Amino acid sequence: MTTATVDRKILPPPTERYTVLGWLYKNLFSTWYDALLTLGSATLLYLVFAPMISWAFTTAQWEVINANLRLLMIGQYPPSELWRIWACMYIAAIILGVSWGMWVRGMREAGIALIVAPFLFMLFPSLELNDRLNLGGIAFAALAGFFIGRARGKSLSRLTTLSWIVYFPLVIFLVRGLNEEKQFFGVVGSNFWGGLLLTFLLTVVGIVFSFPFGILLALGRQSSLTFVKMFCILFIEVIRGVPFITIIFMSQLVLPLFLPAGFTLDRVIRAMAGTVIFSAAYLAENVRGGLQAIPKGQFEAADALGLNSFQTMIYIILPQALRAVIPILVGQFIALFKDTSLVAIVGLYDLLGIARSLLAQPDFIGRQPEVYMFIAAIYWIFSYVMSYISQRLEVRMGVGER
Amino acid sequence: MNKKVIAVLVSLAIFATACGSGTPQTVEVTRVVEVTKVVVATAAAPAATVAPAATAAAPAPAGFGETLKKVKARGKLVCGVNDQVPGFGFLDKGTGAFTGFDVDFCKALAAAVFGDATKVEYRAVTAAQRFPALQSGEIDVLIRNTTRNLTRDTDNTGNFVSTTFYDGQGIMVPTKLKVAKLADLKGATICVQTGTTTGPNLAEYMAANKVDYKPLVVDTADAAIAAYEAGRCDAFTTDKSGLSARISTLKTPADTVILDLTLSKEPLGPMVRHGDDQWFDIMQWTVFTTILAEEFGITSANVADVKAKDARPEVKRLTGADANAKMGAKLGLGDDFAFNIIKQVGNYAEIYDRNLGPKTKTAIPRGLNNLYTNGGLLYAPPFN
Repeated sequence: MTTATVDRKILPPPTERYTVLGWLYKNLFSTWYDALLTLGSATLLYLVFAPMISWAFTTAQWEVINANLRLLMIGQYPPSELWRIWACMYIAAIILGVSWGMWVRGMREAGIALIVAPFLFMLFPSLELNDRLNLGGIAFAALAGFFIGRARGKSLSRLTTLSWIVYFPLVIFLVRGLNEEKQFFGVVGSNFWGGLLLTFLLTVVGIVFSFPFGILLALGRQSSLTFVKMFCILFIEVIRGVPFITIIFMSQLVLPLFLPAGFTLDRVIRAMAGTVIFSAAYLAENVRGGLQAIPKGQFEAADALGLNSFQTMIYIILPQALRAVIPILVGQFIALFKDTSLVAIVGLYDLLGIARSLLAQPDFIGRQPEVYMFIAAIYWIFSYVMSYISQRLEVRMGVGER
Repeated sequence: MNKKVIAVLVSLAIFATACGSGTPQTVEVTRVVEVTKVVVATAAAPAATVAPAATAAAPAPAGFGETLKKVKARGKLVCGVNDQVPGFGFLDKGTGAFTGFDVDFCKALAAAVFGDATKVEYRAVTAAQRFPALQSGEIDVLIRNTTRNLTRDTDNTGNFVSTTFYDGQGIMVPTKLKVAKLADLKGATICVQTGTTTGPNLAEYMAANKVDYKPLVVDTADAAIAAYEAGRCDAFTTDKSGLSARISTLKTPADTVILDLTLSKEPLGPMVRHGDDQWFDIMQWTVFTTILAEEFGITSANVADVKAKDARPEVKRLTGADANAKMGAKLGLGDDFAFNIIKQVGNYAEIYDRNLGPKTKTAIPRGLNNLYTNGGLLYAPPFN
């Protein structure tokens, strides 16, 4: 810590001091072929992006997004129950703020993005005052969480971890509701879940449930018990040998025909089950990679300490193995987030599904470019945020350093 | 050592259950045949208990009355619709409510069953999903631009009731060409899409009517529209519902009309599951009610008035003003079922104009979808 502060006071040699020209020279034009590459890529970028940007600001008719913002975000979720979604977002903002203040601290860009994002979102003209106040409130909640996390520091660590674990089941509970009768906090059927909300729910359920399931599969595959081993290998290889879209189709089209007459399983639940099964098989293989990276000495040391095999797994092997595969797991979850868009093909209203149905509105026929650009931007933002967070997490957990 | 074995065994047990619940596909395939048999058996069983309720004279066939009972117990109708066809089924902008011509018939059915057109849960089903969804009971009725043909009518899934919309291949032309009849298209260049039946249909139709034309074959509907707008073809042909949706995307939609010609048969109508004739009749007479209401000039606006004042016997039976007729009871419904349909959803003309009428962006000339008295095909049997 002290050496770092000392280092900062020593100025670099004058030639490397960052002036604009110096930076340009050093990074872009230091040799003749660098200059050529720079000019070439700049031309290419210009050729690709200039028409796109000019289209976005002149030709594009963004009214289709503005008029359907609510549909894109939450689908047909009843407006009277909107407070539940806001509640989920407030809770997320607070936990996120606390985590950021406590663990990440100095990351200024991420923090600013966290606060600025809700304000940017407020710019949508179709939003009502109520929505804007809530967005402001969310930014405020995140900020408050940040200062709490910063002030209280590590003492909140355990509580925050616990809140993250409780958070996702809580979201499902809040979104779905409780009592069947249509009174306060009634059930909102899954046919009303849509847009980004459904994409999130599918991803979250996929991640939360496939995680333990995948770890068990990975352990089972390494088991010395033949039956367990064969079963896990069969499961993993069958699921990995089938495209995700096939599993979705099976769950939506074939499964209902096998169920007893009159018994129908909710189609969103079916899609979620398909997601979990698919994701678990891949996760198992990723975790197995981590398990195999653990040196034999670790097992032997655990044995020498008198730990049984269960304890060895929980306290010695898994923490190391999982840490080693964090980048792969996050990559897999990002892929899952995007893969959920396949449910649009079987008529569910996830972000892509709802986008496709917007194009049938008589007012907005032929608005494909606008709609697809918009949802592409949303997918990109969330994927990037996830990948950014995972990078911070890696640094904190020292992946690749020990 | 012993401890280790026990720990492994415990994890094995946990594991086996976890894995087992995760692989429904591979396990359940073997049950297909067996379950299909069970479906038939359970369908036959309730017949004995349900039969006497609705029709006293003859014994009711298997499955009779099951659907209505199920729907009433659930408190809402589950209607399979399309959400991607402008004018027929789509999500309204902003509110996200299901809207369209097909959707209105879902509402009419709910009005008939519950007296409340809002008691519908819509399920958007894809072309691949629609028949399995109907067969498995996930939806009660399929009202989703499905073309009626012999195969679909006779296979194991369902039955079509009367056609609600006679779609068919149409031709759109710029108004400035002043095309009034087919013969005016002599020598014209017509855009057709590759890989569809529209090209052969057009060729056959034009040959039968002895009109020469030049086809311009393009890859996609988008490309066809671009060629049409650039003036590279004088006309574009595809299904009328498709044409109407495309017209609204043109730079000046008012400069194009759809000719009042139909080149092929695409009868679209609601479909109900095989095996429940009562439910079939309910859907059938829901459609007929809208047609009869138009025929008698009864609209959602005047239906209350008509019920109070009109003296025509059939109208009195339709609106439920004739208390002795008990027409609704024959379907297992209230005697005001037709009144509710007309009051809450409207007659056929109202439904048509709301979604496909000249004031909408998806306007289609009524053509065949007109009362038989106006030269169309809509003909409902008497309400006796």
